[in-house]
Amino acid sequence: MSQSFDSTAIHQAILEQQKADARKKMVLNVVLVLLLVAAPFVLYPVFLMKILCFALFAVAFNLLFGFTGLLSFGHAAFLATGGYTTGYLLTNFSGLTTEMGILAGTAVATLLGLAFALLSIRRQGIYFAMVTLALAQLVFFFFVQSEFTGGEDGMHGIPRGHLLGVIDLNNNFNMYYFVLAVFLGCYLLVQRIVSSPYGQVLKSIKQNEPRAVSLGYNVNRYKVLAFVISAALAGLAGSMKSVVFQLASLNDAHWHMSGEVILMTLVGGMGTLLGPVVGATFVVNVEYHLSQGALRDWVDPILGGIFILVVLAFRSGIVGELQKFFKKNLG
Amino acid sequence: MSMIFGVPLAVLSGQLLIGVINGAFYALLSLGLAVIFGLLKIINFAHGAMYMLGAMVTVIMFDVMGVNYWVALFMAPLLVGVVGVLIEYFLLRRIAGQDHIYSLLLTFGIALLMQGVLTNIYGVSGLRYSMPDLFKGGINLGFMFLPYYRAWVIGIALVVCFGTWFMIEKTKLGAYLRAGTEDAQLMQGFGINVPLLVSLTYGFGVALAAFAGVLAAPIYSVTPVMGSHILITVFAVVVIGGMGSIGGAIITGILMGVVEGLTKTFYPPASSAVIFLVMVVVLMFRPAGLFGKEA
Repeated sequence: MSQSFDSTAIHQAILEQQKADARKKMVLNVVLVLLLVAAPFVLYPVFLMKILCFALFAVAFNLLFGFTGLLSFGHAAFLATGGYTTGYLLTNFSGLTTEMGILAGTAVATLLGLAFALLSIRRQGIYFAMVTLALAQLVFFFFVQSEFTGGEDGMHGIPRGHLLGVIDLNNNFNMYYFVLAVFLGCYLLVQRIVSSPYGQVLKSIKQNEPRAVSLGYNVNRYKVLAFVISAALAGLAGSMKSVVFQLASLNDAHWHMSGEVILMTLVGGMGTLLGPVVGATFVVNVEYHLSQGALRDWVDPILGGIFILVVLAFRSGIVGELQKFFKKNLG
Repeated sequence: MSMIFGVPLAVLSGQLLIGVINGAFYALLSLGLAVIFGLLKIINFAHGAMYMLGAMVTVIMFDVMGVNYWVALFMAPLLVGVVGVLIEYFLLRRIAGQDHIYSLLLTFGIALLMQGVLTNIYGVSGLRYSMPDLFKGGINLGFMFLPYYRAWVIGIALVVCFGTWFMIEKTKLGAYLRAGTEDAQLMQGFGINVPLLVSLTYGFGVALAAFAGVLAAPIYSVTPVMGSHILITVFAVVVIGGMGSIGGAIITGILMGVVEGLTKTFYPPASSAVIFLVMVVVLMFRPAGLFGKEA
């Protein structure tokens, strides 16, 4: 082998390739955004908002699970905390505008996330999953016994109010574009985080934690930060969900919900940006259509079956499998 | 009547008894989890479902075929153990080389599936199972009334826990198990059928859960969701005890039952959360758990 390759030419070619890939991704993203903007004219806005809220929840979860490799089995706690806090504030303090309530809900969920992270971060792998599950159960018991949550009945009639005190959110279209804007902002934020040097460190922790340690990274600090960001975004999803549906209930705090977000992320493709969005869309649709038909009592076992199938046969998820397919056939 | 800290002795001892009984169930369940974790390195999320299956099978066998309690005490764990071996052979084995997170998720899916199917067939209101005649009534100990069945549950649970501990720590089969925990590949090199050992271990672990289910049938409400309630508590117990030792799982289980019983006596609102609070404290000061060895 001679060393006569012109390394700058190779470098150039790689850069060209990366640019072309980036351009393709850009086109895909623009098409998706246009579709989302046009969607409420075709589909029922409340249903779309449900998908967006769960998609944000799954995107938040995926930052931790897919990119950092930490399986939290307690993310329902943040969704519910965001929802209950926002619901409580907007119901009881009429002076608050909607976005203040949502910000406050997100802030409380963020603090809870910090507490979870500090307690659980020293355990790894499946222990981490168990600790987060148990902590979330503690939060669940707190919500069950608290007066302000309405216990088993839930919190009803949360006012949607006015965005910035001006835009009437009782109009479903206004509400939809607000939710869409928040969702897109968070999606871009996660995209930015993942591609930043910080995101590279998170990925290295996932791939080989001891090596990341030996390279001098204080991995626990990176993990705590990832957990807190993830909890904050999950809380934001919960806050928006409570405003959209004007309802916050114990369902959101139940461990079942923590399992559901794992399923969404897995089905869509963990560790991909678009995966959780696709997964959330898929799961929400499956649940909706099953609950309308003859199989309405079989939602849980069917979700369980999908879980088994995905883990056994499609661990890369829908987006991951598609990526593999395109790489093989078009790359 | 004598009082302790403003609580009648009879009430206190009654709650303590219930605590010890709950603790016996925690011990049996966390023991099974620990055995499975030892060799397969997975947290069996389907453990609660297996406990539920044990109780459901007991009730259904009685309703359909009139199978009595004593037969069920052997049959239900055996049946569930066979189900466990099949699950290990056909499902868990396929992803044995993957990240352990996947096997946790797989068993979670199995739990959802089993719980969902049985809920559709039997509902969640709870099946009735009558106490075997032998255990009706109880004995007055002077300071409290001890129902025979509760005494039996505590006794047999301790015997089974001790038997399992003895088998794993003191017998040749147990030595194989412990060796497999250290280095399965080397074991295989010595001519021991490790895949079979893994299947049987999983079967045995879930049979323990089913055994706890049979014991629970006469005193707890038997429903398809009974497993998921107790499982999360058992996870907390496992985190408190640490996965390091079999003996640790047993002691922590009973201890946490007692703690729960005491809380129910002195401050009832916290009773459902107290084990999780203990877990938080343990995590702060001894992250590896009370008996844990891992860093």
